[in-house]
Order: sequence, then C-alpha cells, then structure tokens
Amino acid sequence: MKWLERRLPIASLVNSSFVAYPTPRNLNYWWTFGAILTFMLGVQIVTGVVLAMHYTPHVDFAFNSVESIMRDVNYGWLLRYIHANGASFFFVAAYIHIARGMYYGSYKEPREVLWILGVILFMLMVATGFMGYVLPWGQMSFWAATVITNLFSAIPVVGGSIVTWLWGGFAVGNPTLNRFYSLHYLLPFVIVGVVMLHIWALHVAGQNNPTGVEPKTEKDMVAFTPYATIKDVFFTGVFSILFAWFIFYIPNYLGHSDNYVPANPGQTPTHIVPEWYYLPFYAILRAIPSKLLGVTALAASIIVLAFMPWLDTSPVRSANYRPLYRQFLFIFFAAVIGLGYLGSQEPTGGYVIAARILTIYYFAFFFVILPLLGLFEKTKPLPNSISESVLQKGVPVGASAPPAGVHD
Amino acid sequence: MKRHHSLAAAFALSGLLCCFGTAVSAQEADAPPRQHWSFWGPFGIYDQGQLQRGFKIYREVCSNCHSIKLLSFRNLADPGGPGFTEAQAAAIAASFQVTDGPNDEGQMFQRPGKLSDTFPPPFPNDQTARTALGGKLPPDMSTLAKARSYEWGFPQFIIDAFTMYQEDGPDYIHAILNGYTDPPADFVLPPGGQYNKYFPGHAIGMPKPLSDGQVEYTDGTPTTVDQYGRDVAAFLMWAAEPTLNARKRLGFQVMIFLIVFTGLLYFTKKRVWHAVLHDPDLDKPRVA
Repeated sequence: MKWLERRLPIASLVNSSFVAYPTPRNLNYWWTFGAILTFMLGVQIVTGVVLAMHYTPHVDFAFNSVESIMRDVNYGWLLRYIHANGASFFFVAAYIHIARGMYYGSYKEPREVLWILGVILFMLMVATGFMGYVLPWGQMSFWAATVITNLFSAIPVVGGSIVTWLWGGFAVGNPTLNRFYSLHYLLPFVIVGVVMLHIWALHVAGQNNPTGVEPKTEKDMVAFTPYATIKDVFFTGVFSILFAWFIFYIPNYLGHSDNYVPANPGQTPTHIVPEWYYLPFYAILRAIPSKLLGVTALAASIIVLAFMPWLDTSPVRSANYRPLYRQFLFIFFAAVIGLGYLGSQEPTGGYVIAARILTIYYFAFFFVILPLLGLFEKTKPLPNSISESVLQKGVPVGASAPPAGVHD
Repeated sequence: MKRHHSLAAAFALSGLLCCFGTAVSAQEADAPPRQHWSFWGPFGIYDQGQLQRGFKIYREVCSNCHSIKLLSFRNLADPGGPGFTEAQAAAIAASFQVTDGPNDEGQMFQRPGKLSDTFPPPFPNDQTARTALGGKLPPDMSTLAKARSYEWGFPQFIIDAFTMYQEDGPDYIHAILNGYTDPPADFVLPPGGQYNKYFPGHAIGMPKPLSDGQVEYTDGTPTTVDQYGRDVAAFLMWAAEPTLNARKRLGFQVMIFLIVFTGLLYFTKKRVWHAVLHDPDLDKPRVA
C-alpha cells in the first residue's frame, strides 16, 4: 500500500474525496440525487454495453434484433426494460437534482463552474437519450429522428446542408441509424468524464446546504463516510423500489405503443411526440409560430440555465430565506410541468395559447424575475451558521446521547 | 392509437394544472371497455387454457390474413406460454408448409415446418397481401398487443401507474373484435370500409372476422365473440410479451429484496446519524 501510495496516491485520493471529505451536517434527502444519478449512469452503461452485444444497427434488422433481445436472449427483456426505463429515471433524478440546485441557490458564487458543468451534463443526456430512442427503429424512433434532425434546417443558409450532413443522406436512413448508434455508445463515456469534472468542481467549492450559509467551523460538518454515504445508499434504495415498479410491473407505461410498430418511412403516425422528458421543451418549440424562432427558443430554454448565476442578483442562496423567489420558483416548476403536459397534446386552440403563456413565464422567470428580485426582495434573516440552524429547529438534545467520538 | 404518458404530469397533482386537466383532447373512437385479464397485476400470469384457445382462433381465423413473423413453433412449448408439449408443438409445426432452400440444385422447396421455424406468413410478400385484400395490408401480429393503445387522458393515466394498468393493447383488440355495429345515419363509410366504433376514424378495412360459434371449443368455454375476443387478445399479448410470467416472478423477488434491504439501510442510517442528531455537544467536530 505504501509502495503504491508513493507512486500513485489513489488510495488517499479516494479517502480524502469520499471518506474523510467534510460535508455539511444539515443536508436533506434532496442532496442524495447526485449519488442516485451516478448509480443510474452506472446502470445505463452496464445494461447498455450488454445490449450492444445483441443489437444490430441496420434499418432492416434493428427492430427485429431488439425483439430478439426481448424473446431469445437470456434475461434480455430485463436488460432492455431496465435500460429503457432507466433513461426515464435518469431524467427523473436529473430534474430533481436541477430543481434542488435552483431552490437552494447552488448555482451561485463560488459554484458557477460546477453548475455550468451540470448544464453541459444535462445537454449531453438529452443528446444521448434522443439517439438511444432512435435505435429500436420503431415508428416513433424514425419519426422522432426525422422531426428533431429537421429542426436544424431552420438555420438560415446552411440549414439544409447541415441536415443532409447529419443524416448522411437525403432522408433519415441507415447511415443515420449507424452514426446515432456510434454516438449513443460514445456520449455516455463523455458524460462519465464530465461527471468527474463536476465532482472535482464540487469538492473544490464544497457542497451547498439547505441554509445556503457557507460552513464556518468544523462543527458544521460531518465526514462523508459514514454519514453521507449511508444516507445516499438508503435513498438510492428507495429510488430503486420505484424504478423496479416500472421495470417489472409497468415496463411500457413510459414508452409509446407506436414504437412497437417497425419504422415505416411511408406512413406518418397521427401524432408524433418525443419521450416525456423532452415534452416541456417540445411545447416551447411548438408554442412559437416561426420555425427559426421556435428552434432558437428551444435551445435558449436549456442554455439560459447556464447563465443563472449571473441572472440572479440576490446575495442570498437558499429559497428558504427568499419568500418571493420561493413562490416564483414554484410557479416556474408548475409552468414546466404544464408545458410538459401541453407538449403531449395536439397543438390546437387553447393548448397553443396556454403553451405561449407558459413559455413567456419560462423566459420571464430568467430574464425579468431573477434579476429584479435580487434588487427588491426583502429576505428573511439568515442563521449565523449551519449548526445554529440545526439547533434552532428544536432538535431534541438529550443528555443520554451516546458519547461523541465518531472519528474516521 | 395515440397515448402519451408523461411522468412530469404525475407531479401535476399539485393541483395547479386543474385548468388543463379538464380539457381532454377530442377522442375520435370510443374508449375500449376494460376487461379482466389473468396477466394483470403483480402476480398476474397467462392462463394456459386461454392461450391455447386464442392460438386456435389465430390459427383458424386470423392467420388467413395476418402474419406473426417473430413467433417460432418452439415458442408454443416454452415455459410461460400456452403449455403445449414439445411433441405437440412439433406436430403443429409439421402441419405447416414452409419454404426452404436453395437446395443443392439451387431450387427453393417446400417442406413441413420444424420447431425452429417461425410461423410462415399467409402471403409471400406485402404486395401480394395488398392485392388479395383490397389494397389494405393486415398488420403483423407479433407485437400487435403492445403496438396498440388508447389515450385515456388526465387524470386516468396517473391512476393507471398506481393500478399497474398495462392492458390497453388487449383491451383494444377485444374492443375492435366486438365493435362492429351499424354506422350512424350521418356517417359516410368509404368504399371497402367497415364501421367499427372503437377504430380511430371508425372505417376499418378488416371485415368482421368472428361470429358466435365460429371456432369450436372443446373445454366448455362459451363460443361467443366476446369470449373469442378475450382469448385471442390474451394469445396476442403472449406473442408480444412471451416473458411476462418470468418478469412477474422475478419482479416479486426483486421487490421483496429491495424493500427488506432498503429497510435495513434505513435503520443503519438512523443508527449512524443518531449521535449527530442527539449530541448535546455540537462543539465536537465530526470530521476525521
């Protein structure tokens, strides 16, 4: 061990990062979703690598090779249902993780780079998930690929050429499927790399906490292991129960039945919808009558997240001490969910108007509400320290508690 | 045939969305009545007798027009299926003629089916099928029961996640088989179409395929279209999802494990944190 330590101090790196690493003592369960996301990334990579051993990326064989995985490969149905539902649950965890960051102001100084890396991770997830959805080559795969790649044609002058370049031909076809397969295999490992940077940045800046007050002394902290570790593992277990419910009992609930029909370029489905996790952005795209502006709004709706650290002018981090921000933020969450629902519906009549109102709120939240609130909002007094906030909550302080002495 | 479940909307329980929830999108077709299925729920598995009856209907009626290309004869003897013995499955296979070849002389030839063969399609190619059937191609039935659904709308789709409702495909198939009625007076039926109240757009290309007493049952089950519809829909569900029984069994084991394991983790977590939460002396740092 000493021999290795002198040449490559990996053991002490793990120890300082995941064992002795000090973590705020007041973290709640919303802070366990980072660990859950890491778990989901592992699940997706392991199941995905095995699925790739049985999958054939060719327009004539892709659908049947997926069905062969479902029918003939030992536990192939399990691998595929884990992977397909795993994508959804990856996004569930990511959305909760992002919402937690927005609520507790985790994007603010000194965590801007950490936050931007997170936005990059989200964009990589969107790209990976989309290309993975194309691989089974069902009707929805094919038509989703057609609709989404066609968005690039909105770019002036070079749009048409870009789409042809993306397709590798003049329509979505075999070259498209092959390159999506290649990238779907590559991008998860890019995600792994960015996750490492994300964790590195986290460990430089330190974790935020529900009070948003920076830790002042050692008594504000507990060691990562066992305190954060056991909490993360426990809640990953809770999350897995929900995940297993979908895998074993309603494995096709989150999918679309049209994707069990083989891709047919000659027949357009009555209603093309993306996977549920893209629906809010899809609604924003459709809310705007101009294609170019719609695509711009779609891209902006994600990119704007990266600018949150500078759009938010308030010095206070946690929404617990920002009553107005808290209300506007909950309306924002409701607006995103509302956009998600509208994205799944036919874009007619009142739905378009509702989608436009919610889209306006979505952007107004970032460009109007966030900058102004910091100037006008009257915030609640902050606790002096994390340990003070813990004591104020009236946690029973029993004299019979076992002697402290938990040292790693 | 269109449905989208959005988990995001599951969070809409906040009630902030009531204004959208009431605006259910216009449904062209009637909602298929929900049937009782033996394979519903955490312990639901296929009923062997029903799958055998459904197979009989497929073989005698559906297979005249519909292919089921992904199903092999060997599947008939697979565990969790209709429960034919291997000898019975081989006899069924031998009763079909499949095209094989080319042989040493370079000719394609017909031979009796083997267990490893897939079910031969009724028409050599899609164009022949269209020509023979008035221009419409009957869909392949391999994944049909998972490829059809009905959009139940909010809030039913959220309830369905909790009640494990996954049977809208079989419900739809049963409904279609029982949905042939006289068209309303103001309905203009396109040429070659039949009126079906559960079919999107109502004009279905398939003539009414089943009538009472058409397929003989030997086990005393009523020979009604209602019963035929249920049996063949169950068979098609098995054809689309042959590993359902194994999934339910493993699912129960995994659930038991996860619940016990997570419970133990919870108590471990409580014990580890006990000292932190009940420590009168917050001055003592807990960082190594």
